[in-house]
Amino acid sequence: MALKHVNAVVVGAGAGGGVVAKELATAGLSVVLLERGRWYSAADCRKDDLFNQRTQVLGAKFGPDEERDPRVLVDESGREMVVSPSDGGYSNNAACVGGGTFSYGAMAWRYMEKDFRMRSTYGAVEDSTLDDWPIAYSDLEPYYEKAEWEMGVSGDDSGNPFKAPRRKPLPMPPLAPNREYEVLHPAARRLGLHPFDIPMLRNTVPYNGRRACMRCRWCVGFACELSARTGTHNTVIPAALATGNCELRTGCMTREILLDSRARATGVAYFDAGGRLQEQPAGLVIVSGGAIESARLLLNSKHRLFPNGLGNRNGWVGRNLQSHSYSGANGLFEFETFDDLGPGASVAICDYNHGNPGLAGGALLANEFIRLPYQFMALVPPWISRWGSEHKDFVRTAYRRTMVVMGPVQEMPMFDARVQLDPKVKDYWGIPVARLSGTRHPHTIEVGRFIASKAEAWLKEAGAVETWKRVPSKSLSGGQHQAGTCRMGNDPQTSVVDASCRIHDVDNVYVIDASVHPTNGGFNPGLTILANAYRASGALLQAWKGKVRL
Amino acid sequence: MNNRRRSAKPALGRREFMGAGLAVAAGSAVSCSRSIEPGAGWRFFTAAEALAVEAICAQLIPADQDPGAREAGVVNFIDLQLSRRYKKHRGAYRQGIAAVDAAGRSKFGKPFVELTGERQIEVLNAVEEDSRPFFELILAHTRQGFYGDPRHGGNRNMASWKMVGLPYPPLRGREHYQG
Ligand SMILES: Cc1cc2nc3c(=O)[nH]c(=O)nc-3n(C[C@H](O)[C@H](O)[C@H](O)COP(=O)(O)OP(=O)(O)OC[C@H]3O[C@@H](n4cnc5c(N)ncnc54)[C@H](O)[C@@H]3O)c2cc1C
Ligand code: SF4
Repeated sequence: MALKHVNAVVVGAGAGGGVVAKELATAGLSVVLLERGRWYSAADCRKDDLFNQRTQVLGAKFGPDEERDPRVLVDESGREMVVSPSDGGYSNNAACVGGGTFSYGAMAWRYMEKDFRMRSTYGAVEDSTLDDWPIAYSDLEPYYEKAEWEMGVSGDDSGNPFKAPRRKPLPMPPLAPNREYEVLHPAARRLGLHPFDIPMLRNTVPYNGRRACMRCRWCVGFACELSARTGTHNTVIPAALATGNCELRTGCMTREILLDSRARATGVAYFDAGGRLQEQPAGLVIVSGGAIESARLLLNSKHRLFPNGLGNRNGWVGRNLQSHSYSGANGLFEFETFDDLGPGASVAICDYNHGNPGLAGGALLANEFIRLPYQFMALVPPWISRWGSEHKDFVRTAYRRTMVVMGPVQEMPMFDARVQLDPKVKDYWGIPVARLSGTRHPHTIEVGRFIASKAEAWLKEAGAVETWKRVPSKSLSGGQHQAGTCRMGNDPQTSVVDASCRIHDVDNVYVIDASVHPTNGGFNPGLTILANAYRASGALLQAWKGKVRL
Repeated sequence: MNNRRRSAKPALGRREFMGAGLAVAAGSAVSCSRSIEPGAGWRFFTAAEALAVEAICAQLIPADQDPGAREAGVVNFIDLQLSRRYKKHRGAYRQGIAAVDAAGRSKFGKPFVELTGERQIEVLNAVEEDSRPFFELILAHTRQGFYGDPRHGGNRNMASWKMVGLPYPPLRGREHYQG
């Protein structure tokens, strides 16, 4: 049974989808925003260290459902496993209104100019599909600014000489320094590095009608009970709803994009919260499900003209799955470094994002968010026994005396790191699930080793008596920073969407989320996803208005 | 570093926040206090299995000047989770416990719980080699039950959080309690 026709249906109320819904609804289009997850609120802020979005051993608090949404993982040796969201190889981000931005750490980075020109900067890298973005930093700059001011970013990057030019400073000051900042900032200076305050989508003063951060021990991975941390759920989505033009439907799992005989979209089919199959007719379909689910939805939308999935004529949908290869070091100190002043991450450097001898790209380095006691297990050094009194004694004496410095290493995209449909396994609704396979590029691991050694040097200068590195493994990279599966490019042979994020050859289907990133920067991707969504919405509206005037 | 801009104090007053905090605490007390007391009857383990698991956990995280896994009720955590999120691990436990006992018997002629501490450690060293998947499982679960939130049945009296020196009871937002 078809529902009332609307101008646009947006699939996924995460980072990208939230911005699109607001921009379209504000421009007067009627919009339906479909989200498979729930709308959580501050009342869901229960600070449970085993059941949240960062430590998921007892499940992923903010979705997706542990039983209903399996995936298939093919590991390096070719072994297939059916995995649930709480399994590492699942590559979970989130499923709820706000998507990842509901429970993320909220670091709000702009990529650098070279991050949009990786191929031109470093040349071809063997066995990698490394390429330039079809847009430049300068194309995105006004929209970075829009995201920063409209949603609200705090921090102070005036001390970062490597940053790309910006017209306006950040709208809010940083939080007062915590103990780690006070130790690491001067140490970086002594090394001739350029430390500064991390930009964050987090209110440090009242902003946009929401309160300032109260500095909890539990931040990243948890709901913010003050709503001081900023995601699409407490900014653009409420703004979209307030226009009266946007309807948000939660618990709605989109199955496929409906296409007419010429492969033009007519809407989407989805299962509503009661499990009934619905058809939502729409003039425009915007896919914003996150890198793995967006690719899956396109692959599940088959047509005579697109027998292998919408936009997949050249086999690029689902390819180049990438994320970040976190690399860094842990340091043990003789003095206390723990002061319980959340969120914890506070100081960063961009000295190693580019210009590293013999290496393509790099990463920012920053101190970590507060580690809860169970998370501290991952910080126990390899020379300590894994159990017994030695292990316990280390935890007791070191918990308040360690620091972690690490960074999201920019990855070399791999054509074979990919999302496909599994031929056998189906989800709760009977929809074929994502099948993930591939590995990391060896150069990514090389860059990771370099970044880890720089983190180690920083910690040593700060007074660490022992340091130990964390370097990435070879296994497939996805997870919270997943990106790349519907590459944006000018050449339809080697990309899925054009520079305006519209699928090549289909004039009314857009992909607007992390999927379109050709490369993913040496930075957390959130602000770039938001900025690009503002930009792409603008282009979409122009195209729309051109047509409607007819 | 002194010329840095500092953020202003948050808008929410101390009084107002304390009220909000209490409401949250009261709400979660009703919905989240799930820890079970020993002796209340096991959900999954037989009495003998529970004793064996408790003894294994007590070697993985032993008592010293601070409580260990036994005192913190880690076996409660595991038993509870085996009837919830970790249902899928039931078979692994049933077989794993039997394997630990078998290792005790073949090495020293007695079931695991009846061995001295030193001999238990020796048996566990062998299990770590020979029954790796089960060893990894119970080690991970012991850590979760000892260092994780008491609402899941372990970490009795927040023993581990006190041990590492985390402010107790937990403060939800530092900024609102100080100055
Ligand atoms: C714990 C954590 C910490 C993080 N920290 C940071 C950080 O500090 N800085 C940063 O920049 N980034 C961070 N991230 C990553 C950031 O949240 C993501 O990069 C970002 O949210 C991705 O945006 P997106 O629009 O691509 O997808 P998402 O935000 O994942 O949104 C996709 C939405 O679509 C929905 N959906 C998918 N398929 C369907 C379907 N078929 N039907 C209906 N709905 C569907 C999903 O449920 C989801 O809500 C973090 C993430 C997590 C989980
Ligand atoms: S630390 Fe700040 S932003 Fe994070 S949950 Fe607490 S109040 Fe919210």
